[in-house]
Amino acid sequence: MIEMLWPALLAGTGIALLAGPLGSFMVWRRMAYFGDTMAHSGLLGVTLAVVLNLNLTVGIALVTTALALLLFGLQRQRRLPSDTLLGILSHGSLAIGMLVLAFSESVRIDLSGLLFGDLLAVNRGDVLWVAAILVVALPVMLLIWRPLLAITVHEDLARAEGIATERIRIVYLILIALVIAVAMKIVGILLITALMIIPAAAARWLSKTPEQMAVGASLLGVLCVWAGLAGSWFTNAPSGPAIVVTAVIAFAVLLTISQFWQRTRG
Amino acid sequence: MSRTHPLIEARQLGVRLGGETIIRNVNLSVYGGQIVTLIGPNGAGKSTLIKTLLGVHRISEGQLTLAPSLTIGYMPQRISIDDSLPLSVYRLMTLTHRASRTAVTEALQLTDVPHLIDRPVQQLSGGEFQRVMLARALLKQPDLLVLDEPVQGVDFNGEVDLYRLIQRIRDERGCAILMVSHDLHLVMAATDEVVCLNGHVCCTGAPETITQQPEFTQLFGHKHADALAFYSHHHDHNHSLAEQGGHVHD
Repeated sequence: MIEMLWPALLAGTGIALLAGPLGSFMVWRRMAYFGDTMAHSGLLGVTLAVVLNLNLTVGIALVTTALALLLFGLQRQRRLPSDTLLGILSHGSLAIGMLVLAFSESVRIDLSGLLFGDLLAVNRGDVLWVAAILVVALPVMLLIWRPLLAITVHEDLARAEGIATERIRIVYLILIALVIAVAMKIVGILLITALMIIPAAAARWLSKTPEQMAVGASLLGVLCVWAGLAGSWFTNAPSGPAIVVTAVIAFAVLLTISQFWQRTRG
Repeated sequence: MSRTHPLIEARQLGVRLGGETIIRNVNLSVYGGQIVTLIGPNGAGKSTLIKTLLGVHRISEGQLTLAPSLTIGYMPQRISIDDSLPLSVYRLMTLTHRASRTAVTEALQLTDVPHLIDRPVQQLSGGEFQRVMLARALLKQPDLLVLDEPVQGVDFNGEVDLYRLIQRIRDERGCAILMVSHDLHLVMAATDEVVCLNGHVCCTGAPETITQQPEFTQLFGHKHADALAFYSHHHDHNHSLAEQGGHVHD
C-alpha cells in the first residue's frame, strides 16, 4: 500500500523546492492574490484539457501561462485597480471552469480532488512532469534571481541600471504558471498559493538574506509536504488541507519562537 | 567645465505615457562638473524627464544624446523596501552592480555612513537611507549623478547637511549632478543652473537671474522669487520659508 504514497511524496517534494524561491518573491512583491488568480484559472485549464482531450498538466499550464501574460498586459492600464482586475479574472475563471465541468455529462471528474488535492490521483507520469519542470525551472530561477531581486526592490532603478525588467517579470510569471500546473493534483487549486507563501512567510523569521529566506522556504515546504501527506495518508484527509495546516502550524511555531528569541535578547 | 561637449543633451524631447503627454519640447544639457537643478510644480514631469534620460521611459519625440561611455549613478525618489524582504545595506548597494565589501565601504565613507554596511535596510532612518542611496549611486564612479529629490524624508538639519555633501562630492570628484528638488531656497546656492519645468521648460538660467524672469514668478509667485533673490545675497534661511516651499510645491 505504501508504494501508492511515493508518487505524491516525490512530486510534492519537487513542488515544495520550487515553491520556496517563487513564493518568497510572491511575498516580497505582494503578489499573493496574483498567484491565487493564476491558480484559480487552473480549473479552466482542466476543462480545456477535458474538452480537447489533452494531458491535464498541459491544459492547466497552457491556461495559467495565458492568464499570466494577459494579466501582465492588463496591468499597464490604469482605469481599474489591479486587485479588482484580479478578482474578475480569478472568480470568473473559477466559475466558468466549474460550470463547464458541471454541464459536461460525459466527464466524471472528482471536483473536490481538483480543488483541495488528492494524493492518490498522483501517478508516475505526474512525477515525471515535476522532474522535468524542476530541471528547467531551477536553473532559470537561479539565472533571474539577481535581476528579479533588483526589480523587486525598485523597478525603475533596476531598469535604469540596465535590467530588462519586463522580460524578467514574464519569465517569473511563467515559472509560477508551470508550478501551479504540476502542483494542482497534490494541493488543489484553492490551496496552491498557500504552499508558496506560507513557508516563505515562516522562513522570514529566521532569515537575514533573501537567499536564506528562499532556501528556508523550500526546506520548510518539503517538511510540510511530507508531514501533510503522511497525515493525509493515515487519516484519509484531503492532502491539500493537510499540507496547508502543517504549514500554518510551522508558521505559528516559528513566529512564536522568533518573538520569544527577540524578547530574551533584549 | 567643458562647454563644448555635454555629458547628456536632450533636444525637443517629448514623452507620452499611457496616451498622455507628460513632457514635450524639452531642451536640456548637462556639462561635466556642472550642478543642474530641476524645479517645477508637482506633476510637472520632473521625474519622468529624469527617468527618460536614464532609459526607463521611451522617447516619443525629439532626441537624446549621451556622451560615449558615460557612467550614470542614479538615486531615485525615496523608495520603501517591503519589511518582508531581508536585505542588508551591502546587498542593496550591490543589487545590479557587483562590488567588494571594500569598494562598498569606500563608497559609504563618501557619505559618512560606513558603519551601516550590515544594517537591515528597514532599520535605517530617513537621512541614513538617503545617504546609503547616494553612496550606492557613487559606487560605479559615475561621470554624472542623477538625484531625484535626494532629501525626501530627511529632517531640516539633515537636508542642509545632505545638500552640502552633494556639493562636496561635486567639488571633490568633479562629477556632474542633475537633481530634482523642491527646496529652492536650499539648493540655489549650490546650483550652477536652474531648469524650471512645467510640462515644458519654462525658463532656465543661473540662480541669480532666474528669479527675475517673468515665467518663474508666474509659476512660483512673487513671494518665492523675492525670497530666492534675497537668499542669493544673504546666505541664510528660515523655517517659515521652508514651510511655504513645501506648501507650494508638494
